[in-house]
Amino acid sequence: MEPHIVKSFDEALNTLHAQVSRMGILAEHQLGLSVQALVDRNDELAAQIVQSDAEIDALEAAANDQVIRVLALRAPVADDLRVVITALKIASTLERIADYAANIAKRSIVLTAMPAVPTVRPLQRLGKLVQGLLADALTAYHEGNTELALQVWTRDKEVDEQYSGLFRELLTYMMEDSRNITPCSHLLFVAKNIERIGDHATNIAEMAYFLATGGAIEGARPKNDTTLIHD
Amino acid sequence: MPATAASAPQDNPSPKLIARDVNVYYGTKHALQHVDLVLNSGEVTALIGPSGCGKSTFLRCLNRMNDGIEGCRVEGSITLDGQDIVRGVDPILLRARIGMVFQRPNPFPKSIYDNVAFGPRLHGLVSGKDELDEIVVGSLRRAGLYEEVKDRLDAIGTGLSGGQQQRLCIARAIAVSPEVILMDEPCSALDPIATAVVEELIDELREKYTIIIVTHSMQQAARISQRTAFFHLGKVIETGLTEQIFTNPREKLTQGYITGRFG
Repeated sequence: MEPHIVKSFDEALNTLHAQVSRMGILAEHQLGLSVQALVDRNDELAAQIVQSDAEIDALEAAANDQVIRVLALRAPVADDLRVVITALKIASTLERIADYAANIAKRSIVLTAMPAVPTVRPLQRLGKLVQGLLADALTAYHEGNTELALQVWTRDKEVDEQYSGLFRELLTYMMEDSRNITPCSHLLFVAKNIERIGDHATNIAEMAYFLATGGAIEGARPKNDTTLIHD
Repeated sequence: MPATAASAPQDNPSPKLIARDVNVYYGTKHALQHVDLVLNSGEVTALIGPSGCGKSTFLRCLNRMNDGIEGCRVEGSITLDGQDIVRGVDPILLRARIGMVFQRPNPFPKSIYDNVAFGPRLHGLVSGKDELDEIVVGSLRRAGLYEEVKDRLDAIGTGLSGGQQQRLCIARAIAVSPEVILMDEPCSALDPIATAVVEELIDELREKYTIIIVTHSMQQAARISQRTAFFHLGKVIETGLTEQIFTNPREKLTQGYITGRFG
C-alpha cells in the first residue's frame, strides 16, 4: 500500500505495528520456554518466565494507548481502521497467551517439587504444535497471508485431538494410583492452557484474515475436543 | 449537543433522480464522463472526491446551474421522477422542486422573514398573509432556527451568526416545499458546533427530502450520508452504502482517497 500523504500517520501506525510484533515474538517465546521448563524440571527458567510476563503486560498497555491516540487524532477509515482494530485485538490476545505461559511456568515449579509423572512428553508435543500454529498465525498477520491464516484456522482441530488424548491419558494415571492425582491435575491444567493458546492462535488467524480482506472467515470452525462428551 | 450519527439506509429505497451516461463539456474540456448515478428519496447521498473531480459540476447539472456558463454542454439524461430535466423544463420551476444551499451562507440583505418568504412569494404559492406566516414559521422551525429568531423576524438576515445564516438559507430553500435539496459544502464555513447543528438538521430533513451533499470532509460524509459516490477525474469510480465505502471500499482509488494516500 502507498504511504500516507501525512507521514506522521504512517509513523503512528508503524509504532503500533512494532509494539504488536514485539509482543508476538515474546509471547511465542514464553510459550516455548514454559513447556521447556516443565519438561526439564527447570525452576530457574520457570521463575524467569513468570518475571518476563510484566514486559508483555507493559507492551499491551503501550499498544492500547497508541490505539486510543490513533483513533482520536487520525480517525482512521477502511484498511487503516482495520490495522488499528486488529492491533488492539491481537495485543490483547497475545497478553492472554503470555498469561497462560506464565501459569504453565508457575505449575512447573509446583510439579518439580513432586515425583515425576510420565506424561510430559505428549505435553511437549502439544506445546510444539501450538507454538507452530501461533508462529504461523503471526506470520499470516504480518504478511497478510490469507492462505496461511485459513490453514491455522482449520488446523486447530489437531490441537483438540491431542488435548482429548492427553485428557484421557491423565485420567488413567489418576485412576491407577491416587498419588498421581495432584501432579496429574496440574498437568491437566497445563494441557488446557496450551489448548486455550491454540484457540487464541486461531483468533489471531481470524484477525489476520479480516485485516487482509475486510471480511470474516466463513463457516464454523472444526472442533475435535471430545472431553466435553460423557460416555 | 445533538448526536450527529446518520440514520441507517432504507431497505427498499425509491429512486428520485436517475442520471444515465451524463457527459458535461466546458468548451473542449470533458468535465464529466459517462456518469451513471441513482439518488434515492429519503436518503442523504454524499458526493466526495478531490477538487476538480466533477462532483460540483454534477450537482449543478441537477438544477440546471450550468445553463448560464458559456461553452458548457450537458449530454445524457437526468430524470426527476421519470421526467427529463436536462432539457425541456423551465429552470425556474425546476429550482422550486430542487433547492440549493451553498458553501457560504448567502442570505438576501433583507429581514429574516423576507428571506424565507421570498420563494413562496416569487412562485405565488400563498394567497394571504396568514398562510405566508405559517410557511415562514414552519420553515424556520424545520430548519431549527425559529426558537433563536422568533423575537426578531424583522431583523436583517445577514446580521445572524454564520451557523444561523446557513440554517436561514436552509429554511429559505425548504419554504418552497422542494423535493430535493442540493448542498455544496454547506458546513465548510461553520465552526464544529454550528456544523453539528446543521448535520443534525440534515438527518431530520432526510425523511422528507432527497438530499445530495458535496463535501470535502470525509468524516462529514461518513456521519450524515447513507450512500456515498466517489468521483475522480470526471468519472464516478465507486458508489455504495456509506458504511461499506468507509470500512471496505472495493476500489483502490477510493481507498487511497479516503485514507489520505492519494496524491
